[in-house]
Amino acid sequence: MSVIQDAAQSVMRTAIAYVPDRWVGTAGGDPLRTKHGLLGAPVSRLDGPDKVRGAARFAAEVTLPGMVYAALHYSRIARGRIASIDTAAAEAAPGVTLVMTHLNAPRMNKPPIMMTAPKAAAPSDLPVMQDAEIHWNGQPVALVLADTQEQADHAAALIEVTYEGAPAVTSFEVAKAHAHHPPTILGEPPELKIGDAEAALKGAAVSVDHVYRTPRHNHNAIELHACTVAWDGDALTVHDASQLVNATAWTLAQIFGVDEKQVRVTSPYVGGGFGGKCLWWHQILAAAASRLAGRPVRIVLSREGVFRMIGGRTVTEQRVALGAKADGTLAALIHTGVVAMTTHNNCPEQFTFPARHLYAADAIHLEQEVADMDMLANTFMRAPGEAVGTFALESALDELAEAMQLDPIELRRRIEPAKDPTSGHDFSSRHLLDAYAKGAEKFGWDKRAAQPGARREGEWLIGMGVATATYPYMRFPGCAARIRLGADGQAVVSIATHEMGMGTATVQTQHAAARLGLPLDRVRFDYGDTTLPEGTLAGGSNQTASNAGAIIAAHEALVTELLKLAGNDSPLAGLKVDEVEGFDGGLASIADPTRHESYASILARAQRDEVVVEAEGAMPLEGQKYSMHSTGAQFAEVRVNAVTGEVRVSRFLGSFDCGRILNAKTATSQFRGGIIMGLGLALTEETLFDERSGRIMNPSLAEYHVPVHMDVPEIDVIWTDAPDPHSPLGARGIGEIGITGVAAAVANAIYNATGKRIRDLPITLDKLM
Amino acid sequence: MRFIVNGASMEAQVDLRTSLLDLLRDHLGLTGSKKGCNQGACGACTVLVDGTRINSCLALAVQYQNREIVTVEGLAEGAALHPLQAAFVEHDGFQCGYCTPGQLCSAIGMADEIARGVPSIVTADLSAETIPLDHDELRERMSGNLCRCGAYNGIVAAIAETFAKEPA
Repeated sequence: MSVIQDAAQSVMRTAIAYVPDRWVGTAGGDPLRTKHGLLGAPVSRLDGPDKVRGAARFAAEVTLPGMVYAALHYSRIARGRIASIDTAAAEAAPGVTLVMTHLNAPRMNKPPIMMTAPKAAAPSDLPVMQDAEIHWNGQPVALVLADTQEQADHAAALIEVTYEGAPAVTSFEVAKAHAHHPPTILGEPPELKIGDAEAALKGAAVSVDHVYRTPRHNHNAIELHACTVAWDGDALTVHDASQLVNATAWTLAQIFGVDEKQVRVTSPYVGGGFGGKCLWWHQILAAAASRLAGRPVRIVLSREGVFRMIGGRTVTEQRVALGAKADGTLAALIHTGVVAMTTHNNCPEQFTFPARHLYAADAIHLEQEVADMDMLANTFMRAPGEAVGTFALESALDELAEAMQLDPIELRRRIEPAKDPTSGHDFSSRHLLDAYAKGAEKFGWDKRAAQPGARREGEWLIGMGVATATYPYMRFPGCAARIRLGADGQAVVSIATHEMGMGTATVQTQHAAARLGLPLDRVRFDYGDTTLPEGTLAGGSNQTASNAGAIIAAHEALVTELLKLAGNDSPLAGLKVDEVEGFDGGLASIADPTRHESYASILARAQRDEVVVEAEGAMPLEGQKYSMHSTGAQFAEVRVNAVTGEVRVSRFLGSFDCGRILNAKTATSQFRGGIIMGLGLALTEETLFDERSGRIMNPSLAEYHVPVHMDVPEIDVIWTDAPDPHSPLGARGIGEIGITGVAAAVANAIYNATGKRIRDLPITLDKLM
Repeated sequence: MRFIVNGASMEAQVDLRTSLLDLLRDHLGLTGSKKGCNQGACGACTVLVDGTRINSCLALAVQYQNREIVTVEGLAEGAALHPLQAAFVEHDGFQCGYCTPGQLCSAIGMADEIARGVPSIVTADLSAETIPLDHDELRERMSGNLCRCGAYNGIVAAIAETFAKEPA
């Protein structure tokens, strides 16, 4: 984002602060904001039966006539040029249709990098297989197409490449020497200062000042990245595993120089995303090879391929310094640090964002830098910034509480802000202390020994820890919904949105059914296809609010149309749009439900088979006027083996304040899923990067340790269920907050168990010996 | 080559390098079994062969001619879901659904191993006649099936409910 855009945004925010609520977003008197029934109910996910039968068809399972299979050959150096590439043996191998390298790949435009245009989705702006330059160890340098996957894999192994190496920055230490501010951190300034925090720290009664480190991570969705593509003239169809179908279509259109409408992307099922199932080189290369070969192409990355060419979360080094006054309030809050990035991408891992909104302090200093490395572009992974930022901030708060001999929850009570501490805006809805109180009671926090190392059972030391979870509310502009209401009383609601397991399709079906006054089985929700009205990407936990806003707008258009059709002979005659609601298969007066007419009756009298409306959600101005964030309290109990250093998480409870919960069953799974990824972040997960060669050393699920059944206890999840007065349906997205705070809660519990403070993730047993 | 999958006899000519998983997915059109790592680390490809669970990505198809292969597509009886499938839906034992076919086949194979008295590393008494399907036994024995969405609690609840009803 440019400086001018930033300034414009700042002026906009100031102006919106004075705008009345009824003009902001969808904050009107929506009766569904608090009404219980279908919304909030623990409805089993509607795509469940297909998933348990193995009937849900994923991207690599679409078969096209004449389709050939792709395999890739990856660079073995981090920086330099391809000196020679011998593809003769590969071309002569059985079944091979095409070997594509930079020498014969079709000319393609430079990919528009994410955040440079509304639908730009490229992970970096490097040209894709257009020249001999190597930018990272693992960059694809050749693609083979063959009749079978076995033939393609074999041929790819026959390609011989020689390189002219160039000096590469593959050491974080070396890169840090030239660390610099990025232009912005997702639209926020990279440095924010309120008062003189360093001076306040020096003068504080009690202070802590430490450096915390988090390693690289990979999303490791179990579904491998895959797509099946075909050209028909200049029209391209991509059956993808995608969390941004519209942005993928637009970006591919720019790269191949065709119209956006000529690119169709479908993604009905996604086998896990977490930020990783976006546009990467494999879709671009598959489309290029398909064009060159004149055949449909299926590409499925190997697990190693996923590590080589799909970016993950970057490494961070963070300083948190806290200075407290004698009364336990904060005189100084400092959170600064550096992450590794590249010169060809834009993902600064916003780890200072939690500290912008969580706690009151007299003086604040937040600052982020990036250090340029020659590596694969890093990217967004579940709660980018917040997941690792809360590890540092919430560990430091635990250290401060210890230094002050205060209960960690009591410390947070004393620094709870009345308004957003950096923007000064009112919170739209914040019940963090309530979440702490409810969580503490259910978890049995009062049983925690204040002194570390006080509880022991045989070889096992037992401790408890707590930390704050936080994630912003987001609703994105440009989300549209179509509602088709048939005379048979069936409704189809469509948005090009995404279902990766979050429960999107189930929850929005519940929403539409409740709004229309129809039973669940009379409503179908279509998604995951760019032929549908444009949705938002699945990121920033925005989809629930964005989709809800679009359905609210489309429903308003539908009701307007229906009242027109109903005319003067209807019991509804004379009623305005905001005086009726969907009820019992039709529309009814909110004030007098006996004034009711069924949809079938309205449509029959008007001699219509169906009514179809489409509308875009209102501009998301609510986020400009209010500080809108979800929060929560994460409670962990761990057992640490005094002999081996082994850590087992024996109990875990997450207590969340995320607005209205729309489906108790799928929401519980979202929270637990985030928490479990947080347990991996805390204890087992690390992408090992060879600082000599820039090569990832553990590109497999055997050596990158995601939590398994045995690592996961029963996880208790509770919530305040307090509707946000300024968001559609009172809901705030919940896909990412679950992972935040978890690593700190576990690290704090390990300290409570052992007296050992580990500031370097993951907390493997060697660090506790 | 002749293969018996979900009770049906099927013919396919495949490369000697073709895995059982790729045979099912690419040659027999049975895409329910999933590929997550192709190296036996994630368990998404788990199928039952003569009642025993195996990672089909690590098995060469040619070795499995004329064996009884059961995949996720063979668990339901027509329209009626297998009780374990129904329990997975009820307990939300999945989110994205990609690891689910492997979790289901693995759980059925695991319940059979328990019934046969095969011990695991957490079995306290190796000489016991019957092994209880308790929380630790279940989690230990299912640890070869990764779920990145983190639906483990729901999976465990679904398996426990389904197989607790049957004497182990």
